[in-house]
Amino acid sequence: MNDPLLIAGTPLASRLFVGSAGYPNRQVMLDALEASSAELVMASIRRISLEGYAESLVDLLGGRYRLLPNTAGCATVRDAVLTAELGREALETNWVKLELIGDRETLYPDVEQLVQAADELVRKGFVVLPYCNEDPVTCQKLIDVGCAAVMPLGSLIGSGMGIANPAAIELICARSPVPVVLDAGIGTASDAALAMELGCDAVLVNTAIAKSHDPRRMAAAMRAAVEAGRLARLAGRIPKQRFAEPSSPQLGLIGS
Amino acid sequence: MQLKINGLDEEVAVTTVSELLAARGIDSAVRFLAVAVNGAVVHRSEWCSKNLGPGDNIEIVRPFSGG
Repeated sequence: MNDPLLIAGTPLASRLFVGSAGYPNRQVMLDALEASSAELVMASIRRISLEGYAESLVDLLGGRYRLLPNTAGCATVRDAVLTAELGREALETNWVKLELIGDRETLYPDVEQLVQAADELVRKGFVVLPYCNEDPVTCQKLIDVGCAAVMPLGSLIGSGMGIANPAAIELICARSPVPVVLDAGIGTASDAALAMELGCDAVLVNTAIAKSHDPRRMAAAMRAAVEAGRLARLAGRIPKQRFAEPSSPQLGLIGS
Repeated sequence: MQLKINGLDEEVAVTTVSELLAARGIDSAVRFLAVAVNGAVVHRSEWCSKNLGPGDNIEIVRPFSGG
């Protein structure tokens, strides 16, 4: 299906974004990424070991995927902005997945600082994709400061609890002029399909693939689910109703 | 000269970013490396010329796996 997603004018063939963390080993990660057909792959920016140079993921993934540096773990505007700038320098991209964590236990975003950091980074020329609360007002604030997409959480990062508030996600999708990417909480393929059916433009998955029993298969499942959900969304689902309506014709029934 | 390198206080005899990388056994030519001094990114093209001073806070980073 030729149905590219446009973010900041850049077409992405795949509506599934994947993380690169937590796989049992590198080969499984490479196989899973391939099975996912993802184009956009997350990366973190971390201090190098001063003990010696070790192979890093970009040595394996650079050139094959579009790597999106994140600011995972940052808890202040200053750290998030500097991490974004280091990510831009290291990966030669002005795209950033902005995370600004307000609570170490739940990993909920610090909305106030998130909007401030997004504003600062947009002014510095970044294409900002913020991980944010599933709240239409927060999303609107991020859009107002110029974010290229919004990435509301389905549920807590790594929790696999799926989409805790589908109505809120649907509302955000209906109101957002920029792409909406469901980020965090996906547990299995049906969660990804639901996100797309609710109107999300893409889904970001890491733990649900990496920590599944068979990451290669789960990556393929996520790919199929995102495509299925997207098709269903475009096709338009039937309205729900509280009564039955026979599908077979009622005329010509024998015995009458 | 006393520097803070990736959060650790270290005594090193270097004057530029390039010299610091070399002293730590990091190949400056390797791609995907980024350096910040006192909270500001120093572009690769400035590694040779960027002078370091006592107490400078240096971050040397690269991409790792992430979500």
